[in-house]
Amino acid sequence: MATVGHACLIFALGCSLYGVVASLVGARTGREALVRSGRRSLYALFGLAVIAFLITEFAFLTSDFHFTVVATHSSTTTPWYYRLAAMWSSQQGSLMLWLTLLAGWSSLCVVMLRGRLRDVAPYAVAVLLGFGAFFTAVMLFSASPFETVPVAPPEGVGLNPLLRHPSMMIHPIMLYSGYTLFTIPFAFAVGALVVRRVDAEWLRATRVYALGAWLALGTGIILGARWSYVELGWGGYWAWDPVENAALLPWLTGTAFLHSVKIQERRGMMKIWNASLVLATGTLAILGTFLVRSGVLDSIHAFVEEGNTVAWFFTTLIVVMIAGSVYLVITRRDNALKSESRLDSLLSRESAFLGNNLILVAITFVVLWGTFFPLISEALTGQKEAVGPPWFDQYTVPLVLILVLLSGIGPVIAWRRTSWSQLWRSMRLPAIVALLVAVGCVVFRPGNGDVAPLIMFVVGAFAIATSLQELWRGTRARQAMTGEGPLSAFRLLLARNRARYGGFIVHIGVAVLFIGIAASSSFQSVRDVRLGVGEQATVGGYTFNYVKPIAQIETAAGRLERITLGSQVRVTKEGKFVGNLYPNRGYYPAIGSTLGAVSTYFAGESVSEIGLKAGLTKDLWTAETPDISSLMPVVRRGDAVFAKASGQGLKPQARAVFLAAALSGLTTRYRNDPPPAQFRIIVSPIVFWIWLGAIIVFIGGVIAAWPSVGAVRDRVRARQAARVAQDLGRG
Amino acid sequence: MSIIEPIIAIVILGLVIWFVGQPLRSRVAEQDDLRDDGRIADLRAARDAKYRQIRDLEMDYRTGKLSEQEWRSLDRELRGEAVEVLHELDQLVPPEQRDVAAPEPPAAPPASDPR
Repeated sequence: MATVGHACLIFALGCSLYGVVASLVGARTGREALVRSGRRSLYALFGLAVIAFLITEFAFLTSDFHFTVVATHSSTTTPWYYRLAAMWSSQQGSLMLWLTLLAGWSSLCVVMLRGRLRDVAPYAVAVLLGFGAFFTAVMLFSASPFETVPVAPPEGVGLNPLLRHPSMMIHPIMLYSGYTLFTIPFAFAVGALVVRRVDAEWLRATRVYALGAWLALGTGIILGARWSYVELGWGGYWAWDPVENAALLPWLTGTAFLHSVKIQERRGMMKIWNASLVLATGTLAILGTFLVRSGVLDSIHAFVEEGNTVAWFFTTLIVVMIAGSVYLVITRRDNALKSESRLDSLLSRESAFLGNNLILVAITFVVLWGTFFPLISEALTGQKEAVGPPWFDQYTVPLVLILVLLSGIGPVIAWRRTSWSQLWRSMRLPAIVALLVAVGCVVFRPGNGDVAPLIMFVVGAFAIATSLQELWRGTRARQAMTGEGPLSAFRLLLARNRARYGGFIVHIGVAVLFIGIAASSSFQSVRDVRLGVGEQATVGGYTFNYVKPIAQIETAAGRLERITLGSQVRVTKEGKFVGNLYPNRGYYPAIGSTLGAVSTYFAGESVSEIGLKAGLTKDLWTAETPDISSLMPVVRRGDAVFAKASGQGLKPQARAVFLAAALSGLTTRYRNDPPPAQFRIIVSPIVFWIWLGAIIVFIGGVIAAWPSVGAVRDRVRARQAARVAQDLGRG
Repeated sequence: MSIIEPIIAIVILGLVIWFVGQPLRSRVAEQDDLRDDGRIADLRAARDAKYRQIRDLEMDYRTGKLSEQEWRSLDRELRGEAVEVLHELDQLVPPEQRDVAAPEPPAAPPASDPR
């Protein structure tokens, strides 16, 4: 079916290019038929992308090694669910996923418009189809998933073992959904600027996609952090890696946009700022894809293959996007982007949002500068130098502290203006909570004297208290207005003010998440130790005892998948049993290796599986690197025996039986005579809060993004209209 | 490569051309359907935004962020702006196409701060 898939890509490119032209000509000349035809091109692009996507997935599922992409990224020993996910571990497959998601979300958006924004939509469709044409062209000319070989190899290379983790099945989809969804507000911003109609209408029509993008990207980032924590074997969840940063950048500007857009909706202010933010977010989303797929910066997350030529495609696109965005904003700044009103008071929610925006953009600049510093330094000095986590922390930590503080102040300030006395009345209780936490920090002095995490506890407590207070007050006000019970009042408060109260829940989640980050990164105890069986190490008040080794062979589809060497580690605290941990390292065979029959099983990828006991207050984390050097003389002897036997005409079936016996002997030997192993042991406080905070953010985000029930909206609108009409009668 | 694959590709191409070209073959006369109804949409969006602001303002008052005096002053200001929007909207939209306000009595402003 590779021919059909390839044909679909060619048709998709033609369809996209036609759609761009039809939409633009239709919009310029007012020919509705052309506009409609252009819109249909978008739907057709989605259909073609889905066919091509399914053909590729089917090839992965059936291990059709005629497809080069399948042979190089999957194997028969890869479990079926990872085979499905293996598609987007490849350059070709990830581009295909991008195209399919882009076409899918774009089609959904255009369908949901239902005839609104008729002047803006054709230009937006042209931009979205332009993205479609770009990704199709990249696949056709640089990274086609439909490249085949006449004779299929008997076995594939297999999925990178690092990616064999459940979160990796969802993480790329969420990231790419975030990136592709952010292109929708970008496209509509371009359309609105072209027709000089930068009002509340296009913001309202595309806000749900911006919120969806923010939610999807945030979920993807957290899943990536979780994967890093449990899979990469270094014990951290965030390393300021270029690919991590690439996802963070549009998320930051997207967060700023979601706040500042409220000001434009209400006051007609900050139009230039909002247009710039949404255009920057769309461009950063493409930049994120570029960083993951191009290999231009070194990253542990960038699974880039040799001979990669996509960098030039992406560079060209990003330059076009930046130049076009700057041109549109500059040429529209004096008319379409002119502000309709002014800031009434510095003591207003508008000001708090503006402050939040400035902080978020400052963090974006820091992250952008740090991420691209290797390229900047190479351009200026000829040497590629990278900045590490301490550099990022020195700028981002104070900015994040201010951001969390502002997230506590913003909800208690009214729109337009408020008085100091009113503000104090609203902030009194949260301020007392924050003060109590501050006193607790001074009295108990947790940690190592670092002040920043303690400040985070104080401002985080303030932000949580403020949002909880607002939810409580809102519920009480609703009860007073309607006489509803507390639960019913709370539920309807959320239902009828989704954006506002969903946003407050997000604030609670963000504060919980940052408290978790501050505590776990500042107060963790880490030790790298070498332990033999029966030996122990004490870390953070816990004793870790290497009880016994574990060695086993794991098979799949009748073939050896990996050899696992690990240990059972018993954890106690003050003599009391806490739990057992089972860290291990899996050794995957090198497919197509020219090494000896036995040593090839230790020449492939090796991946650490951590031992983790997670709790509300502490995480006990271990990773093990077994010392296999003592096994290597035996392995080499085995290689020599098999080489000699092969020369004497050993049959493949007999060879497999003897090889299995030899490997089994190796694992038995390891169990009976285990060498000391290297352990990394970490005791971290409240890491769980990070994941809990992320879940709260997700729930709040879903509440904010959930569409309003039409009947409710209409009823409210009718009531408000009646009130306005009554005022009109009085006037 | 079997013969079936090119046939499937040709069928897909035919379907795409048929689907995308359908509006161009339509008998419906070409007309300027892209007339500028943007202003009406703008005004409707502005009207909805004003209503949201009025509701939020009331919630701000009831949750203690504004005094009654501030609330009344800002509420009056917003209603005035909403009236202007409605006035302009009425001039652009024929009566039969207006989304008429329900004859629901307005919520009475609270006599005092419920807190």
